[in-house]
Amino acid sequence: MTDNSSIAFVMKEAKEAMPAPITTTGPLAWTRENLFSSPLNTALTILSLIFLAWMVPGLVQWAFVDAVWVAGSIDECRQLSSEGACWAVITARFDQFMFGFYPEDLRWRPILAFVLLCVALLPVLWDAVPARKQLFAFSAVYPLVAFVLLWGDGWVFQSVSSSDFGGFLLTIIIGVTGISFSLPLGILLALGRNSNMPFIKIICVTFIEFIRGVPLITLLFVASTLLNYFLPPGTSFDLILRVLIMVTLFASAYMAEVIRGGLAALNKGQYEAADALGLTYWQSMYLIVLPQALKISIPGIVNTFIGLFKDTTLVSVIGLLDPLGIIQPILADSTWNGLVVELYVFVGLFFFAFCFAMSRYSMYLERKLSTGDRH
Amino acid sequence: MSVATYSPEERFRLGMLWTDSRYRSTTIQTIALFLVMLLGAYLINNIITNLADLGKDFSFGFLFEPAYYDINQRLIEYDSRSPHWLAAVVGILNTLLVAVLGCALATVIGVIAGVLRLSKNWVISKLMAVYIEVVRNVPLLLQILLLYAVFIELLPRPRGSEPMLDGFLVATNRGFYIPSLVLAETGWIVVSTFVVSLVGIFLFRRWARKRQEETGQIIRVFSISLGILIVPTAIVFFALGSPISLEYPELKGFNYQGGIHLRNSLVALWLALSIYTGAFIGEIVRSGIQAINKGQTEAAYALGLRPNRTMKLVILPQALRVIIPPLISQYLNLTKNSSLAIAVGYMDVTGTLGGITLNQTGREMECVLLLMAFYLTVSLLISAVMNKYNQSVKLKER
Repeated sequence: MTDNSSIAFVMKEAKEAMPAPITTTGPLAWTRENLFSSPLNTALTILSLIFLAWMVPGLVQWAFVDAVWVAGSIDECRQLSSEGACWAVITARFDQFMFGFYPEDLRWRPILAFVLLCVALLPVLWDAVPARKQLFAFSAVYPLVAFVLLWGDGWVFQSVSSSDFGGFLLTIIIGVTGISFSLPLGILLALGRNSNMPFIKIICVTFIEFIRGVPLITLLFVASTLLNYFLPPGTSFDLILRVLIMVTLFASAYMAEVIRGGLAALNKGQYEAADALGLTYWQSMYLIVLPQALKISIPGIVNTFIGLFKDTTLVSVIGLLDPLGIIQPILADSTWNGLVVELYVFVGLFFFAFCFAMSRYSMYLERKLSTGDRH
Repeated sequence: MSVATYSPEERFRLGMLWTDSRYRSTTIQTIALFLVMLLGAYLINNIITNLADLGKDFSFGFLFEPAYYDINQRLIEYDSRSPHWLAAVVGILNTLLVAVLGCALATVIGVIAGVLRLSKNWVISKLMAVYIEVVRNVPLLLQILLLYAVFIELLPRPRGSEPMLDGFLVATNRGFYIPSLVLAETGWIVVSTFVVSLVGIFLFRRWARKRQEETGQIIRVFSISLGILIVPTAIVFFALGSPISLEYPELKGFNYQGGIHLRNSLVALWLALSIYTGAFIGEIVRSGIQAINKGQTEAAYALGLRPNRTMKLVILPQALRVIIPPLISQYLNLTKNSSLAIAVGYMDVTGTLGGITLNQTGREMECVLLLMAFYLTVSLLISAVMNKYNQSVKLKER
């Protein structure tokens, strides 16, 4: 027998683990790891903090604290607050920014068209929506509904001239039309470019390379000054429609290149398997190739959409009254003369909201669609 | 059991043009060719009729008539009696100027933004994310106009302005002034020495690389190149008694005289283009670096390479393969976007040829055609260079 009494102390159970040292977990460690891990890092952190401390309070002061929201003219604004932003100009001209010179008593029509646009977009963007099939049918007829609502048909709805369109209404019309027509056109062009019929290929390549080689602004010049030469004598059609056609063609060429990238990234076996199943060209494209190729090219497609939406501002150069076109007369107006930054910031915020939403949606879509092929 | 029969001569039927896959593609292409020719003939016919109706002809003779308008920012001699073609050339040079300046600055901004975006430093990477997201999601035209308006509204008048950076830069609401180089008579010797040393560096580097490949001996290329770059030029410069000097802008009356005058339109366009394109380049650089497998770094370390040689020999060559093609297409975009100059009145080729010349002569067709031809040439040239590069860096698969 051993003498247990000679052993001073024996632990019966394991000791509780001690908390990790304060320098390796928690906020302190995070700070050390992410902000002060090296001298260069520390310097960068301090510089950025100084920058933020200099920038943010002044910005908040200017944009919110000292800002004037309602006033009749710039002089009133400056009397109320000499330093802050004069947002009053936006409130005063809000209707113009939204609708341009669309007749005031008819403005419920663009608003209704916008609400219906949201309804029409629901089944496209979100697949858990109830009664998706019926909504899709609505989306299909929506362009016609929107056209009648916006321009009027002359009988039930009073006609509105294209020259009255302006503001964000015009931006959204051009953006949405361009986006919805450039995707199918781009797909056709991309398929044409990949086609094994040499002549079809030449047509598509020429078109794509030509459009991508010139700036949008020259195409808009064509729309505004040159298009009449290409039409039979005596015909002339609406400037907005001409611009819509040009913007759509422009975006479709870029779309075609994005989708061609997706088609090229697809494994060759997919094409061969589709052929081996005896599918026709269109069946194999529709059932096998395009669903995968489009999924691969989602980021590029959405980037093209965003680019198109931003490029709608160029129509102000040929005299259409998009938000940037609306700003010019305000700058020249003696009541508001001297206000610049506020106007541009407001328009910029609008574009940022739309484009940022689009890019986030594309990330969501990528995540959702990528669940299928995790290896 | 059925036996497959071989029918040697199947009679050709007209329906087979569509139903038989041997002929179908020919049929489709013939129809397409026919349609395209029909469309082309229709358009050309319309153009001819329309031009005849307006009493216009199609000729480029107007290019040799005097332009009668002034261009305030120009790189070559031009006055209002110069012909239209010279105005177009001034415009082209202005476009190329802003494009080259823009590409250089955008690359710098983009590389810094892209690298900092990947930094482990939380604050700086978030700041860069905000920069990239904001700039990419706001129209470029708006940024150009905003910057231009800010320059005009917020910068002081020439009389109230203070020279900055030791007199090197004066910012006024009439534009920016920087010193210009004044060459004395012997100044060209210094310039040619400099050019010769550049060639020398190029040859030296080629020799050093060849030697390293043959003998394995490493020559310190960087310090020797730096020496070749500076020393001969400096010796010649001081030996000739400083024949090149700077002329500083000076306030005379209401305006600055001397130096180089950069108009606000040029600076606003340049900065806006660079900031905008820089954000896109930042994303390209970030994705390029992230695209390199981490195993590449580890393998290089395992081979005993030090970190900066790992970067230079292993990571960068692979990252550049991913980065360069989209980078060049961003350069192309920047060049095309420089046509927005027309919104701030900078006289690039869109402003001269596609703007004032077009309006003065009423020759829309010829002007727009020439304008498109110029941009197409530039983009096709750049695409050709890019294809060449892509061929040369393509993964050689065995």
